[in-house]
Amino acid sequence: MSKAFTPTANKPGVITANDLREGFNVWMCDDGWTPDPRKATLYEDEAIAELAMLQAIGQADRVVGPYIVEAKRGPDGPEPVHFREAFRQRGPSNYFHGIQAEQQAEASNV
Amino acid sequence: MFDVRPVEIDYVQHRAQQFRDQVARRLDGSLTEEEFRPLRLMNGVYLQLHAYMLRVAVPYGTINPDQMRTLALLAQKWDKGYGHWTTRQNIQYNWPKLVDIPDMLDELAKVGMHAIQTSGNTIRNVTTDAFAGAAFDETADPRPYAELLRSWSTDHAEFQFLPRKFKIAISGGKKDRAVIAAHDIGLRLKEQDGKTGFEVWIGGGLGRTPLLGQVVRDFLPEEDLLPYVEAIIATYNLAGRRDNKYKARIKITVMERGLDVMRAEIEEEFLARRRDFHGADREALAIFKDRFHAPAFRNAATDGFEAERQANPAFRSWTDTNLHQHRIEGYASVIVTFKAPGQTPGDASAEQMRLIADLAERYGHSDIRIMHDQNVALPHVHKSDLPALYAELKAAGLATANAGLTSDIIACPGMDYCALATARSIPIAEEIADHFRSVGLEEEIGNLNIRISGCINACGHHHLGHIGILGLDRAGIENYQITLGGDAYDIPAIGQRAGAGFPAEEVVPAIDRLLRAYLEVREDESERFIDAYRRLGQAPFKAALYPETADA
Repeated sequence: MSKAFTPTANKPGVITANDLREGFNVWMCDDGWTPDPRKATLYEDEAIAELAMLQAIGQADRVVGPYIVEAKRGPDGPEPVHFREAFRQRGPSNYFHGIQAEQQAEASNV
Repeated sequence: MFDVRPVEIDYVQHRAQQFRDQVARRLDGSLTEEEFRPLRLMNGVYLQLHAYMLRVAVPYGTINPDQMRTLALLAQKWDKGYGHWTTRQNIQYNWPKLVDIPDMLDELAKVGMHAIQTSGNTIRNVTTDAFAGAAFDETADPRPYAELLRSWSTDHAEFQFLPRKFKIAISGGKKDRAVIAAHDIGLRLKEQDGKTGFEVWIGGGLGRTPLLGQVVRDFLPEEDLLPYVEAIIATYNLAGRRDNKYKARIKITVMERGLDVMRAEIEEEFLARRRDFHGADREALAIFKDRFHAPAFRNAATDGFEAERQANPAFRSWTDTNLHQHRIEGYASVIVTFKAPGQTPGDASAEQMRLIADLAERYGHSDIRIMHDQNVALPHVHKSDLPALYAELKAAGLATANAGLTSDIIACPGMDYCALATARSIPIAEEIADHFRSVGLEEEIGNLNIRISGCINACGHHHLGHIGILGLDRAGIENYQITLGGDAYDIPAIGQRAGAGFPAEEVVPAIDRLLRAYLEVREDESERFIDAYRRLGQAPFKAALYPETADA
């Protein structure tokens, strides 16, 4: 996979991982980790991203398997580029499980 | 060396407690992820695309009703209400939380189950014929030998860090239903001069380098099973490559060194090791043979079965496809397919698992088998009970008459769940099944094995499908390569790639052209797709898949 991805201004990226205790997908944001990919911090600078990646690795008590992956700027926040990341951000296609279900539950609670 | 473990429950409880401690130490920071990862893998815990995944062993696919109810409890309490049958006759759960897995393992331990060696470079779950002990064509029941291998290989100190994972299958029927040619070691029970023994195959496997195994020993007397298998794995443990994980399976070792070199080393090792067993293995085998005695079969009239077949076309159709011939007059083995319309191949809900457990108790001598093609078998059902069994299965949506047909597709979880996948498998399987049901061709096409993998690791056994489909990532788009002519059973064969891959939306039309071409060219209804392919070769089928090239 694209774990060696290096973000630039033209090809920005996000840092993603899994929650250590429960396993769900998380994205690095300005104040820690979020299960909402739209709230992820978009890195456009290699050096800043590298530093953030070191911070992510340093949080092995919270997350597992952090990596940087390409993303693009969207109206509501970062969006996936590759279909693998799109599936990670949505959930499986055979059941309405995973993030798609969490987001719907959250929306209906508002 | 070999001991019979006296109390398995104690052992699995001990292992569950060990894992609980390991999880606690990972969470409190005493273990890094690098340290923890091999420990969790030894207990069947993977990190997948959306969550952790727990793979639970079902030794040689044999499970009793209480164990099945425990699997249902796990699905309901700690997952999202379902589990997934795998091609190693195991079950995996797609959504467990790491913090809950110790509780899940405790629950499994209560019924003697565990997740040990369902991952890692160890000897994996030994698989066998789902109709073991029931099949009409059986030379000998493979389960006592499978249990001997399981008992010996579990926690075998020498084989915890093999160059790569290691898979053993054992088959007892005249027809091989355990796919022994595609295993690291394949064992085929046979009789020779009045003695029971094995034809021993080594070096088969799928994945990125699909190879069929070769016979390393024509006849191995049954009493030599463990020392000989131990000699094979010990030889491989030393000779197998550890520098490149893609060249680390025994199939590559055999290919690189040649079968004769391997055989000579194995035979030498075997003579040395046989002396160390001191008969404990033979004593254990005698115990296991006793444990797998046949149930108390009953003798009853089957008039009701025949009458229902005449009266109910749906029942007749189900009995035509979903029964397997039993060795006892009046009995049948029942295949419950988990491939209903709209169903993910091999997914079972907690309710379905409980129903299977109840039905096995009521109609099936409390015996249940997980099949390698992601279905479930009740191996011993008296035919007089079939109408009632069918009615209950039907009410639960589990009486689809499609065993061995187009919609009975093996599909790996693919990129809907798997972190290694390069494309999705499940939607392709569902679309193909839906299409051929809706155009009404499934019955006419007859026996057909379609198998789908979402990456070259080939968990969906696509190379062994009459039609195999391999999902790949082509420049950021899912693309599906089709292979033709594979066979897992009668004449084991690796399917050959037909040509360029298809985007997802073109797969169903391509398979439709392919199967319509088959219906055109077959001699009669008895000539299956694979038979026609063998007779005619790839050309007419390739032309159907790629009409524009054929016209040009």
